[in-house]
Amino acid sequence: MEPFFNISVITDNFTYFMIGRFPHGPLGGVGLTLYLAVVSCILSFFGGLILGLLSVSRIPVIRYPALAFINLVRGMPLLMVIFWMYFLMPALFGKVAENNTVIMALTLFTSAYMSRIVVAGIDGIPKGQTEAAISTGLSHWQTMRYIILPQGLRNLIPSFVNQFVSLIKDTSLAFIVGVSELTHVATQINNRTMAFPTEIFVFIALVYFILCYAFTSLSRWLEGRLAWRTAH
Amino acid sequence: MLNYKFDWSIITSGQYFDWLVSGLITTLKLSGVSIVMAFLLGLIIAVMRMAHSKPVRWFALAYLEFFRNTPLLVQIFFWYFGSYKILPTFINDWLNETGFEFAAAAIALTIYTSAFIAEDIRSGVLSIPKEQMEAARSAGFSYLRSMQYIILPQAVRITIPPLVNQFLNIAKNSSLAMTIGVMEMTYQARQVESYTFKGFEAFTAATVVYLALSIIITALVNTYNEKVLNVHKAA
Repeated sequence: MEPFFNISVITDNFTYFMIGRFPHGPLGGVGLTLYLAVVSCILSFFGGLILGLLSVSRIPVIRYPALAFINLVRGMPLLMVIFWMYFLMPALFGKVAENNTVIMALTLFTSAYMSRIVVAGIDGIPKGQTEAAISTGLSHWQTMRYIILPQGLRNLIPSFVNQFVSLIKDTSLAFIVGVSELTHVATQINNRTMAFPTEIFVFIALVYFILCYAFTSLSRWLEGRLAWRTAH
Repeated sequence: MLNYKFDWSIITSGQYFDWLVSGLITTLKLSGVSIVMAFLLGLIIAVMRMAHSKPVRWFALAYLEFFRNTPLLVQIFFWYFGSYKILPTFINDWLNETGFEFAAAAIALTIYTSAFIAEDIRSGVLSIPKEQMEAARSAGFSYLRSMQYIILPQAVRITIPPLVNQFLNIAKNSSLAMTIGVMEMTYQARQVESYTFKGFEAFTAATVVYLALSIIITALVNTYNEKVLNVHKAA
């Protein structure tokens, strides 16, 4: 009798699940998932910072377009953002690799959410600090750069880690434009073997869970530490 | 891009317009069904999460952590491709007859969102002073009855804004159902694009629909916050 949970489909394809055809071909599987998540996370940190600062600018011509853009992206499903990028990037820049299209889409999408976190961090610093900085002669930007952001951003580290967790989950959507990250690899193996969809999808769910849960726990630990630091 | 000819007429009338409208209807149906089921399931998980029995609490915690830390797309694939092994035969038969795509997407969306809703409800419950529970218990209500009559009616009132936002999330997340062939909004926009090569128009239409949905819902939440909860300047 066939076993209820056929583990061999996992063990036979384990390397393929983890790194795709690497090092003889392009990186895939978990490796590519993490690559997409890490690169998009770094880019969206800066994207979020810029968008966040623009959206609290005192100049309306800067503030309103920034807010409009943030709300536009936040109102859309990520899948739509990916399709937009998939469709617009070649029209604007000629041929673009799928990996980069996905990184662009993830970056735009996550930057909009990160910008809200940045704004929350800026709001969390007492107003008196801004007033004190300005009265010592610093400009609005210098106040942000030297006084507000260094404190605000430190408090936001747990939120950034949570965004990274969302990014790991969101990279699964890269599957739709044929980027061979973990979910795509799983559907490939599923199409090839035909008989073990339960095993394959439970396995990759567990892989995603382990990755995300590790970072969720890290974020909680950091939150505890930050609370401890503020308390003392 | 420069020699692209815009033709908005294809999406404002005729066959392609009908496709987009049917896509919107499917999106609303899928999100509507899922939010109701996710609310009920989330309520159960939230109560279990706060129960006295340790195994019950651990079960609820494991459920929350697992479903929140796996991608929705993988969960959709699991229910669509892989669930036949764990479901009883009669359910499988029924699902195959009724169109499994929609059901699989609804199940995945329900379970995924219920984990988030459970946490929203829990923070609503935690915001109710614990003396109320003590008072209810000493008045002779059981734990479940105190929850049912005293705590939850108040907690749910506070939880309505996050719940409405969850509906918005479901509406956006339901776009993933296109991967298993549910003909919702994003699917139809893609379809119009591949039939007409008018991607810009098709995606604009879908984007405007999602945006309108989120503007309407955000406005509703803000009104509710101001009128009912008397909270000003909602996030």
